[in-house]
Amino acid sequence: MALKTDKNSYTIVFAVIMVVVVGTILAYAADSLKGRITENKRIEKQQNILYAMGINENDERSAIFVSKAEVGNKFTKYITKQLVIQGDQVTENAEAYLIDIKKEQAAAKDKSYQRRLPLFIGENEGNTFYIAPIRGKGLWDAIWAYVAMDKDMIVQGIFLDHKGETPGLGANINQRFFMDDFTGEHLMDDNTFQGISVAKGNGDPKNNNKTDFKIDAIAGSTITGDGVSAMIKNDLVHYVPYFKTLKNN
Amino acid sequence: MGLLSKKDAKLIMDPLSDDNPITIQVLGICSALAITAELEAAIVMSISVLFVLGMGNVVISLIRNIIPPKIRIIVQLVVVATLVIIVDLVLKAFAYELSKTLSVFVGLIITNCIIMGRFEAFALGNGPWRAFLDGVGNSLGYGLILIIVGFFRELLGSGTLLGYPVLGNPIKGELTGVYALGYENNGFMLLSPMALIIVGLIIWVQRSRNKTLIEEE
Repeated sequence: MALKTDKNSYTIVFAVIMVVVVGTILAYAADSLKGRITENKRIEKQQNILYAMGINENDERSAIFVSKAEVGNKFTKYITKQLVIQGDQVTENAEAYLIDIKKEQAAAKDKSYQRRLPLFIGENEGNTFYIAPIRGKGLWDAIWAYVAMDKDMIVQGIFLDHKGETPGLGANINQRFFMDDFTGEHLMDDNTFQGISVAKGNGDPKNNNKTDFKIDAIAGSTITGDGVSAMIKNDLVHYVPYFKTLKNN
Repeated sequence: MGLLSKKDAKLIMDPLSDDNPITIQVLGICSALAITAELEAAIVMSISVLFVLGMGNVVISLIRNIIPPKIRIIVQLVVVATLVIIVDLVLKAFAYELSKTLSVFVGLIITNCIIMGRFEAFALGNGPWRAFLDGVGNSLGYGLILIIVGFFRELLGSGTLLGYPVLGNPIKGELTGVYALGYENNGFMLLSPMALIIVGLIIWVQRSRNKTLIEEE
């Protein structure tokens, strides 16, 4: 049977059937895999938080998370408290790590909404870590980080990641050579929040000066680097009041 | 190749040299420029294109007689997009780490002109088995060029291969390897124009070795 494939009616029927078939396949695939995908994302969050406070399997060069099998146990062992800061109110919430920072940021555009800020408190070998999740914009898409600090807001470790920065350039913000530079950097200048800038040619490529509020940029990824600076400045600043009350108590 | 007839083997071998999608057909240049700053990214992209083009060619070939000619490009796009989304979802569910490495490339695969080019030029006029071989051959030819370009860009631009330092330590004050002799990485290699220049050099080498490829005046 020879089909008259150039008839308008055939074309329209074909298009409709195609859309229905493809739509069904994709909806079925998305729905049946949703559970696993959400679970993967949840595990990743726990891995990221532990990574920032130094609980990881790093070798000499690469960033390696604790394994999927162990992450649940280690998370309950090392993360002793999860807080939600909302204005002056600080409440404990064991599911604070599931708070969607993107949604909170969007909701906070409405001035009447008091943004919920999750903060995770970790204990390891007698040291206390305060880990804050932050989120911002890179060159192409979202970038985010988990920043582990001590009570004076000195960075103890950071995990940075991105959705779609340029491979080989901006994408390298999740590499050890970049992330490790943050460790030991100060965020506060006495009582004012300075943040940390990703700076070009700051004359300190080996990052010996920890109180200059600067780390060395990656060549060729200026906009991603500026995004990291802006993310730290705009998002981490919300945690400053909490750290100030910590100090006063 | 005992498994394949001579004609079929040609479908795989031709795109590797005399009918290479990048250097001869000049398809897929965009991704060749965008993602070859690192060898690993080039390899991952090649494998993804291999899968999508192999599968896509078969699907298009199977429905080639019922596709309305007026909307065939739209149908082709729908097939590519569907395959890519399914691959992305499956990876996110079963190989999450890998899916994170791949994230940027997924969008790039949909826009890769090699895929549309092969659908249009080959799959619409040939049976599924031959279309599959054509897809595999072309993605291998594409991958070959990507890997060559990625190799030189990563080596000369960052002094590493697959992330491992092969030329020594470039940090001032701790220079080792060739850096101790005064060598420096060429940051220009990391930017897209250098990929175009390397592709140009490959085309030059290829044409000087095979004179039949040179167009007559």
